[in-house]
Amino acid sequence: MKKYTYTEKQDTRSGFGAGLAELGKTNEKVVALCADLTPSLKMADFIEANPERFFQTGIAEANMMGMAAGLTIGGYIPYTGTFANFSTGRVYDQIRQSIAYSGKNVKICASHAGLTLGEDGATHQILEDIGLMKMLPGMTVINPCDYNQTKAATIAIAEHEGPVYLRFGRPKVPIFTPADQKFEIGKAIMLNEGTDVTIIATGHLVWEAIKAGEALEEKGISAEIINIHTIKPLDEEAIIKSVKKTGCVVSAEEHNFLGGLGESVARTLAEHHPAPQEFVATKDTFGESGTPEQLMDKYGLNAEAIVAASEKVIKRK
Amino acid sequence: MANIEELKSFATQVRRDIVRQVHKVNSGHPGGSLGCTEFLVALYQEIMDHDPSFNMDGIGEDIFFLSNGHISPVFYSVLARSGYFPVEELGTFRMINSRLQGHPTTHEGLPGVRIASGSLGQGMSVALGAAQAKKLNKDHKLVFTLHGDGELQEGQNWEAIMYAGANGVDNIISTVDVNGQQIDGSTDTVLNMGDLKAKFEAFGWDVLKVAEGNDIEKVIEGLKEAKQHTGKGKPVCVLLTTVMGNGVDFMMGTHEWHGKAPNDEQLESALAQNPETLGDY
Repeated sequence: MKKYTYTEKQDTRSGFGAGLAELGKTNEKVVALCADLTPSLKMADFIEANPERFFQTGIAEANMMGMAAGLTIGGYIPYTGTFANFSTGRVYDQIRQSIAYSGKNVKICASHAGLTLGEDGATHQILEDIGLMKMLPGMTVINPCDYNQTKAATIAIAEHEGPVYLRFGRPKVPIFTPADQKFEIGKAIMLNEGTDVTIIATGHLVWEAIKAGEALEEKGISAEIINIHTIKPLDEEAIIKSVKKTGCVVSAEEHNFLGGLGESVARTLAEHHPAPQEFVATKDTFGESGTPEQLMDKYGLNAEAIVAASEKVIKRK
Repeated sequence: MANIEELKSFATQVRRDIVRQVHKVNSGHPGGSLGCTEFLVALYQEIMDHDPSFNMDGIGEDIFFLSNGHISPVFYSVLARSGYFPVEELGTFRMINSRLQGHPTTHEGLPGVRIASGSLGQGMSVALGAAQAKKLNKDHKLVFTLHGDGELQEGQNWEAIMYAGANGVDNIISTVDVNGQQIDGSTDTVLNMGDLKAKFEAFGWDVLKVAEGNDIEKVIEGLKEAKQHTGKGKPVCVLLTTVMGNGVDFMMGTHEWHGKAPNDEQLESALAQNPETLGDY
């Protein structure tokens, strides 16, 4: 089993900020918009270097989404920045009509997704955003796992023609993917091969899945671990191939089990290779205030939960 | 300038197109369409410098966004008769597999449409983005929009109006169709919006009023004046007073024909009031 180590922890939103700054230097068509959250989105470097390509909309997310759609008319590639809650639920109809249905090349970049936003509580902790976005025809949905991958994804989506939802977060998490990685939209990444259970994780749960794999190995269970950074389009082939080998699957995500990655995996398997599945996800609930660690523990979104789900699903084979 | 009589007969044909489109499929929105006929004819035949060969980015030309997408019959007729697509296609309005969807969309690739609209209140934001793109591109052409007066009840408009004023987006001319009607009655009774001129001005806009929005000469005059007001640091608003259902006597001045199609008899009457001028599709 491959061992993953890290020397540094960093927040994925900083990966976004670094990627955006890089794009500012390399792609003159990239413009950015923000609804009064530039420090939280780490947009300062882009803004400082490209003030004419930055649009501060104030606390007016609906107008920001519409303006982003309009900026594509004239050839620009707009990146919008605000919290995940205000990037999706608050502006769903604007995204649906002016961006998705209109086929506009807008990159919706959403920070502070999920429970790990922490102390601000449930008003800000959206756990439904993946579902909202993946249901929109033509929308690509990406949830990278660490700083390096978020930076690489931020850069890669500029080359993809069409609307993208890029989801990242606030807590500092281990950096374990390569700094020089090429980000391929829709391509699953095999982290560890195994034979007893497939663990499919996205975002912050990928590192937890790696830790779970190590704990399972000590118990004599061989886990195959896959990083699904792109929830839509989903790498169905990689999922089917793995589950054909292991015979069962655990999905892990910082999101409601209704509408998330797990449901996409379940649909894929139901169509092609039915198999037992356990869902590490929030279970149709809102979040609450607390530290990120406390919340991930309380709502069962960590390595321990993945281990327990793996042992359970293996018994169901 | 085009001959006013020619523009009037163009408008008459557009009114025929509007009622024929909605009659055929027994659905659609004739009232607001008829009220905005002179505006759209003036815009596409006289005011805008535009290219019917149609390029989405619209660089180097004036571009238009219809925010109140339900008045698609007038938009489609004016686009078709301005050369964007064959006029025969008007016969497919709201039918299965048509590019002329109930509300305008880019989804089917209809030339002349740059954004989907229908869910109200979104057009001005999109237009502001396009206006900012024009500034980045050093493209000195203008962005035009049209909004219903009732549509201004949608809050997103005021986010956009605030942004445009605060940021001096002075390459946009937003026209509000002030017909005083909406589905549930008059705008004053449904949700009174007060003094729109004062509201726009309070948000930093330069506001012009055109009282006779169904007199094409007055519309052209007003829009030409509005163009003179662009480039001076403020966004420009035209409050255009129109009569809903204009040109078809039984549809005029009431909200009853907002989203209702005429029956056979009513169609005959409407067409008799608007004789064929450019040839029916």
